[in-house]
Amino acid sequence: MSAVKSDIIEVHICTGTAGVASGAYEVMDAFNEVFKSKNVPAIVKERECKVKQTGCRGLCERDVLVDIYLPGEEAATYEHVTPDMVQTIVDEHIGEGEPVKKWAAKKSYYDFYRLQKRYVLKDCGVVDPEDIDDYIQLGGYEAITKVIKEMSPEDVIEEVKKANLRGRGGGGFPSGLKWTFCRKSPGDHKYLVCNADEGDPGAFMDRSIIEGNPHDVIEGMLIAAYAIGCNEGYIYCRAEYPLAIARVKKALKVAEERGYLGDNILGTDFNFKLHLKEGAGAFVCGEETALLASIEGERGMPRPRPPFPAVKGLWQKPTNVNNVETFANLPMIILNGADWYTTIGTEKSKGTKIFALSGKVKSTGLVEVPMGITVKELIYDVGGGIPKKRKFKAVQMGGPSGGCLPEDLLDTPIDYDSLTAAGAMMGSGGVVVMDETNCMVNIAKFFLTFTQRESCGKCIPCRVGTKTMLDILERISDGKGREGDIELLESLAEDIKISSLCGLGQTAPNPVLTTIRYFRDEYEAHIYDQKCPARECPELIEFVVIDEKCKKCGICYKVCPVDAISWEKGKVAYIDKEKCVKCRECIVNCPFNAID
Amino acid sequence: MDENAVAEELDLSKIDKICEKYKGKKGSTIPVLQAVQEEYGYLSKEMLERMGDVLNVSPHELYGVLTFYAQFYTSPRGKYVIRVCRGTACHVKGSGRISEVVKEEFGIGDGETTEDYGFTLEEVSCIGACGMAPVIMVNDKTHGNLTPEKSREIFKDYAEKFKEEE
Repeated sequence: MSAVKSDIIEVHICTGTAGVASGAYEVMDAFNEVFKSKNVPAIVKERECKVKQTGCRGLCERDVLVDIYLPGEEAATYEHVTPDMVQTIVDEHIGEGEPVKKWAAKKSYYDFYRLQKRYVLKDCGVVDPEDIDDYIQLGGYEAITKVIKEMSPEDVIEEVKKANLRGRGGGGFPSGLKWTFCRKSPGDHKYLVCNADEGDPGAFMDRSIIEGNPHDVIEGMLIAAYAIGCNEGYIYCRAEYPLAIARVKKALKVAEERGYLGDNILGTDFNFKLHLKEGAGAFVCGEETALLASIEGERGMPRPRPPFPAVKGLWQKPTNVNNVETFANLPMIILNGADWYTTIGTEKSKGTKIFALSGKVKSTGLVEVPMGITVKELIYDVGGGIPKKRKFKAVQMGGPSGGCLPEDLLDTPIDYDSLTAAGAMMGSGGVVVMDETNCMVNIAKFFLTFTQRESCGKCIPCRVGTKTMLDILERISDGKGREGDIELLESLAEDIKISSLCGLGQTAPNPVLTTIRYFRDEYEAHIYDQKCPARECPELIEFVVIDEKCKKCGICYKVCPVDAISWEKGKVAYIDKEKCVKCRECIVNCPFNAID
Repeated sequence: MDENAVAEELDLSKIDKICEKYKGKKGSTIPVLQAVQEEYGYLSKEMLERMGDVLNVSPHELYGVLTFYAQFYTSPRGKYVIRVCRGTACHVKGSGRISEVVKEEFGIGDGETTEDYGFTLEEVSCIGACGMAPVIMVNDKTHGNLTPEKSREIFKDYAEKFKEEE
């Protein structure tokens, strides 16, 4: 990250959700306190010290992250900062110019960012999300000014088409083309909707973009609204994201006060009113027609398309829906031009994509990489590989709509088409890494439990079909699987995919299909051998210590919550089956896989 | 405590004021339900009837919307709502055990509330803090990088806090 241009000393503190959870505000208070009490500016040659909150910069696991910017120097980062470290950092680093080495970010921190191309997220972790001037200073609202003053709506659409921007919500539909449909639709009153109902378990880039820089999304929406001819819009945000909602509310208010929203924007005859709508907890509302029903105040049920929202959307008016990340791409496309944008990415997938890297990987967090990077690079080079010396088993990409890829597909390049060909999909960008202790039947069951619960119930294939599939999966993991179950799952999956009304049902079988495709042997082991190779399904584990493998370390003894394990130094552990509650703590923590 | 007894004690007149603000505005069903729930903590049959009167819509319509979304509740909830994230990242890192610890400490399952209205357990899809999985939220405070034992400590602290407050 580059140095701040001004002559003042800045302390940037990560206040994304993870930062706040780790105590960012306490750290911030501590810095303010120290600066006040010791009159630090005097020590550092009369320069002003500024403590600034910033959004999420991705590596949430190391929070609280703090950057110190001394004039003329590269920023220095500290990890896992707590209030009691603040005094030392101020004294030694800011006061005497000697960074505190033991707390400074290690090599793996910088490795995490080395392969990333942070364009959409460039301001996240740098800009104060609650200060519009901070954003403006870094070039904010320049793109919309350029659009309004120098470009016609057609020019803007042309530029976005040339940039080949595809929808980042997962579908990958060309955005410029989508806009054309809505623009050409007859009618004066048109709506623009930002889909911030990020419900995919394992994805949180929309949340971080909004929390980190809400003005970027507002500016993107302004550009789209101008191009399409919309004069009213909604940001539909999950109610589960209280911090994001608070920051959007604040940003909307200030943007309106400054004349970026409302009537006669920047002194022209362009009007755009933008509202915030809070969701109420329904995954299906991520589906655009369901989302529109929800804004109208109805149950969030999808409806068949056509007519598409571009023709008949919100309150029957032409409506264009795009995802948060799609909007966040727009300002830089306008400012830098489509020619620049198309230099990033692959032939058919341009630009970058943000992924939420989580699960069994060393560095978890938000990652922005150019399209075309391989899954392997993402997990090993950016994420640092698998912790605890365990073996990689699978990577789940694209949330409940996506699929699991095995080790031999790790070289798959990340772009819309390659992922779909492999049976996964870009989806919302969730990447969950699994190691040898994760059971693939269990993971399929997990996703089906989710989609089955979140099915709106309107169409039978989804409502009944996913339930039937889940019943079969539960039977298998309980050790009651029957011959023919796998084939039955496959045929049900195909039927549900074809006949469901909306994306939820059409993609719900994907995790089951890909786990069967790549890990069929694991299903067979459950059904025919009554074994769970990953030792995750409690009904199929014996919970005995394998004498030859036990290294007598006593870890299992320490982690057992019900004292079912007896162990003495130098002796093999023993599990008392009467007392054992099958919680799996011993298996999860045993470094030698010595419990079966 | 009997649920009806709770409802009877409540002063429902605040509903009128809240509803007036939204009356006649299109698409206001969810916001108005959210606002009333914000005030009372849940939405009872009596509240829906009163809302229906003021807004001039059928309480059944309101009930239909309410039951569709996960964030509306028809009975009172605990002072502390423990949201255990069951997202994918939390799942692979063992969040199922955290729910069990809640059960061990408070004797409540998903969607249940303790008898003294101290604690409610709610398993939620994804909190969006996957980088620090497994994660829980207790009211508005997020706790991450948990182990079953760490979470047990946190629950014990809250239980003590609740006891002091009562």
